[in-house]
Amino acid sequence: MTKMTYREAARSALRDALRSDARVFLMGEDVGRYGGAFAVSRGLLAEFGPERVRDTPLSENTFVGAGIGAALGGMRPIVEVMTVNFSLLCLDQVVNNAATLRHMSGGQLSVPLVVRMATGAGRQLAAQHSHSLEGWYAHIPGIKVVAPGTVDDARGLLLAALREPDPVFVFEHAALYAMEGEVDETAGAGEIGRALVRREGADLSVITYGGSLPKALAAADLLAADGIAAEVVDLRSLRPLDTPTILGSVAKTHRALVVDEGWRTGSLAAEVSARIMEGGFYDLDGPVQRLCSAEVPIPYARHMEDAALPQPATIAAAARAMLRRDG
Amino acid sequence: MPSRERGLRLLRQMILIRRFEEKAAELYTVGKIHGFLHLYIGEEAVAVGAMQALRPEDNVVATYREHGQALARGIPPGAVMAEMYGKASGCSRGRGGSMHLFDVSRRFHGGHAIVGGGLPIAVGLALADAMQQRAALTACFFGDGAVAEGAFAESLNLAALWRLPVLFVCENNLYAMGTALARHQAQTDIVRKAEAAGVPGEAVDGMDVLAVQAAVGRAAAAVRDGQGPRLVEARTYRFRAHSMYDPDLYRTGDEIERWKANDPIARFGAALCAQALLEDADVAAVEAAVAAEVEVAVAEAEAGPWEPVEDLLKDVHTHPVPR
Repeated sequence: MTKMTYREAARSALRDALRSDARVFLMGEDVGRYGGAFAVSRGLLAEFGPERVRDTPLSENTFVGAGIGAALGGMRPIVEVMTVNFSLLCLDQVVNNAATLRHMSGGQLSVPLVVRMATGAGRQLAAQHSHSLEGWYAHIPGIKVVAPGTVDDARGLLLAALREPDPVFVFEHAALYAMEGEVDETAGAGEIGRALVRREGADLSVITYGGSLPKALAAADLLAADGIAAEVVDLRSLRPLDTPTILGSVAKTHRALVVDEGWRTGSLAAEVSARIMEGGFYDLDGPVQRLCSAEVPIPYARHMEDAALPQPATIAAAARAMLRRDG
Repeated sequence: MPSRERGLRLLRQMILIRRFEEKAAELYTVGKIHGFLHLYIGEEAVAVGAMQALRPEDNVVATYREHGQALARGIPPGAVMAEMYGKASGCSRGRGGSMHLFDVSRRFHGGHAIVGGGLPIAVGLALADAMQQRAALTACFFGDGAVAEGAFAESLNLAALWRLPVLFVCENNLYAMGTALARHQAQTDIVRKAEAAGVPGEAVDGMDVLAVQAAVGRAAAAVRDGQGPRLVEARTYRFRAHSMYDPDLYRTGDEIERWKANDPIARFGAALCAQALLEDADVAAVEAAVAAEVEVAVAEAEAGPWEPVEDLLKDVHTHPVPR
């Protein structure tokens, strides 16, 4: 096991992929000379050269579309869109091409494409740089969506994405890049479509992913001090969702709190909640609850941004409220 | 002028597209074909002329008005017609319809119905060829409407920046659906737009199949020579409305008639006859052969199977995923 950051873990996966498969190349804004806006690709240009680590113009729609075309042409592109905020400019290529071409061509075409981007708030970047729109992507059949919430997954899920024959979108939470953890660099790819119980507990299930996972684990520590045993489920894959693992946890704890940094209305949390209603209703001792971001453009001022996002204290408070028998 | 044999071949391809589409329009009115149907009638010289410059290993990316490109590329008319019927024997298994024709064996990559959406794909296909040292080019067809899209500026720039083997063919039929080029572009010279992006271009009479063939041939030679992307603007006109829903209120009958007087098929047939390469009887023989071919295509479409509903979710992903 090696201690490294989430950023280094993602880089480790990129380096492995570039070394092991000649079809793999990385392209995106500032991935080369700059080293990546979040320094994920630092050093890769020197190691692999400008053919395989390609700086692109600020043309999100075209370089994502070019990734799709290159995948059709037999390459294994990894496209980095700097952040989810800018990915709004490539949604046409994602929704109309990446997600459709296999089915619409009657199975003739394959788009083995990996698109990585940073997501999330928490860095005082204000409304246009703080989106959490991975739930939108998870709405779309034809693509897969993963969101690593641990250092190990920052590597493993990216490697897993590269083994998929179809497009996979990897949402790396911008607030996690400096997080440290243990990684087994000899381990292979993770598994897309499988959630993991990150902490066992009997009193309620806190179901979350990505940047909210460390917050949920911190909340579980706070709750433990009160004698409440929270189970923390890390979705990891937002599409497909691992419904059996979600329902299995709820069957054990009988209470579910879904924590999602996306906005509540029409959110991924709503989808998880609906699946629990459909498949686990009779296991529940109370209504499923959701803790999402406040329905507001994310503000700049620290105290206001903090108030807009799920936090360990608010997660713990929501959990306590669910367990309060006098309430 | 071409040889008699070559002239006959070009004429036959254009007539096939014309008669195939006339039949498609007829079948649409009797409810055999549904959805959107965008006819290429009037523009046949562009697809047929351009396709002569392509090789089997080249890629083609086209638009939602792509019956002409599909047939000129050699997709069997029966498979195209079956696709429009929505049959499983269609070239996209009935999933795409008129706007989404695919045939990977002929490197025909659609059939893209978001205006400008095919251009980035073409850039990527060319990038894949370049990175794998394959001597192929990607021909990307799009209309004058697409030059208003960001994807046009972005894709020409990226192709030029990376010197990729893309042959951009702009089919300028003067109208983006119902909006004339001069009503949506300050700069209406598409070649100048391309040159601003670093892509040399040439405008050509799109009603003249030989002129298109020559211009696209020159552009393709430059692309194959490693000189980077090229653009050909083919100035053409659709004789029919934008789609079967379009009442065609935005242009005059006089204008349409003026262009019809320059019909690429009649013009080319007359030129071949004037050069004594063909006689009227030859043209009649082509018409008869094409009529028979279209009838066979319709019969194949009629006879084709429907995809079983159980296959609805097949090929959303390579491997089925849990719900």
